[in-house]
Amino acid sequence: MNDGFYQLLLTLNVGDRAARLAQLLLDGTLETLYMTLVSTLFAYVLGIPLGIALTVTDKQGLRPSPFVYRGLDVTCNLLRSVPFIILLVVIIPFTRFLVGKSYGSTATIVPLVLSAAPFVGRMVESSLKEVDRGVVEAAESMGASLWQIIFKVLLPEARTSLIIGVTIAVGTILGYSAMAGAVGGGGLGDLAIQYGYHRYDTLIMMVTLVLLVLIAQLLQTTGMKMALSLDRRKH
Amino acid sequence: MSQPTSSQPIIQVEHLVKEYSGASGVFRALDDVSFQVRPGAVFGVIGLSGAGKSTLVRCLNLLEKPDGGRVQVNGQELMALSSRELRHARREIGMIFQGFHLLMQRTVLGNVLFPLEVAGVSRSAARRRAEEMLSVVGLSDKASAFPAQLSGGQRQRVAIARALATEPKILLSDEATSALDPQTTASILHLLKDLNTRFGITIVVITHEMDVIREICTEVAVLDGGKVMEQGSVDQVFRAPKTAAARRLVLAEAAHSVEEIRTGKMVRITFTGLTAFEPMLGNIMLECRTPLNILYAATRTVNGKAVGEMVVQLPDSQVLSEKFMDYFVRKGLNPQEVEEGFHE
Repeated sequence: MNDGFYQLLLTLNVGDRAARLAQLLLDGTLETLYMTLVSTLFAYVLGIPLGIALTVTDKQGLRPSPFVYRGLDVTCNLLRSVPFIILLVVIIPFTRFLVGKSYGSTATIVPLVLSAAPFVGRMVESSLKEVDRGVVEAAESMGASLWQIIFKVLLPEARTSLIIGVTIAVGTILGYSAMAGAVGGGGLGDLAIQYGYHRYDTLIMMVTLVLLVLIAQLLQTTGMKMALSLDRRKH
Repeated sequence: MSQPTSSQPIIQVEHLVKEYSGASGVFRALDDVSFQVRPGAVFGVIGLSGAGKSTLVRCLNLLEKPDGGRVQVNGQELMALSSRELRHARREIGMIFQGFHLLMQRTVLGNVLFPLEVAGVSRSAARRRAEEMLSVVGLSDKASAFPAQLSGGQRQRVAIARALATEPKILLSDEATSALDPQTTASILHLLKDLNTRFGITIVVITHEMDVIREICTEVAVLDGGKVMEQGSVDQVFRAPKTAAARRLVLAEAAHSVEEIRTGKMVRITFTGLTAFEPMLGNIMLECRTPLNILYAATRTVNGKAVGEMVVQLPDSQVLSEKFMDYFVRKGLNPQEVEEGFHE
């Protein structure tokens, strides 16, 4: 996606140009999917334990600990209040340290995860807190341990709400990943900015837009369908 | 009614105190509560809402940590146990709730399997046991259904099967029938009574309904304002309540029935099988040559025996009125005055 490539593109005949364009869009789409899905995965790897910790240490929780809760609470709020585009730039040294470079789709995953994890943690927390306190009490009365309650009661009972949360998180991360295009983050956002914004190529801009909307819709619909089909509360 | 036996009580509560600190200072939910439950009993705790019943039952498996006193269950001093030991002790104490509290994302069988999984029972043994429990509560055909597909009564049956899966010696029932209609309540109470006779399981029933106590309990404690006001066999408390708190609960139904026709001095009398054969009211009316106005009459089952309950209006004459009262006392009819403004 550098200048040379674009110059080359202009010298080609219409058929070849269309083929190159298609290739560009396909690559962009795959990169976007890669960034979004891998970032969501890692955001959940961090966000689930975070959400569990927030639920358990809350004053209504199973092991109340004002100290731990406040610590996590403040960290989450601080991270969430940094605008993504600024976080992206600020943590460049850290990104370079982790993945070896600061541009491209793999590098974009680092700020995406860092910015999504606290948000995911909050959503996990709110899902887990929706689980009826009475069910947790019943499990306690049967001699369940803290871990058994987390893995056998809280997480499975909150399943539907958690999956809806994933759907929301994927949508948000998809949007953020496009933003990373502004600093060479790769994917469809990058295409839109480089070709559409910098070079006034309206066609590419519109196609990218349509693709982004389609991906968002697809992820949204799949997530919601999955959440509902796994819910046993209504039949 | 069986007499207190020499066997050790299975539950022993001594000087139990539980306090909550709120915005308006410290509130004492349980105030020096002591009682014993013998093995195999169906022990009722009755009280109006706010009396401290739910707090009390939660102290019996330490879902609530008491602020003072002792709780001994199955010969173990619960408050002295480590958290690991407490989890083990809880497997010996099943509990059912007003709101059932089933796992909504698990099947009926999955729910009954839950306590067995928690206890680390092998998969095949757990499955066998869970299926057996479902057949005990009569829900074998619903094993693969989800709780959302069941009626309230069926859900409570699943909860009972779940509570009994680990073969506890004690079952705590916290207002288990309060959310159910009268027929379903009767069938659930019947099931509990049946489990008590078949498996000898000790049951502690928390309720605000005298009906529930009458149906299945052998002994009862009346809780009011966090204190045990009165305690004894159900028969004794039902026929001759001694304290205001007990009278309020026991006489509630009769009092409610005569609310509209309240006139003069009304007295509630009870008959047992022994006194039911003699035409006692007829005799006294002939003796005093004064008719007695019967305002309300019903036959109730108290711990498996029929007890007649009646509210009569005494004559205005002080002399006659005293004569009637004297006769009722002599004949063991336990006259209880139905007080004015009794029903709030």
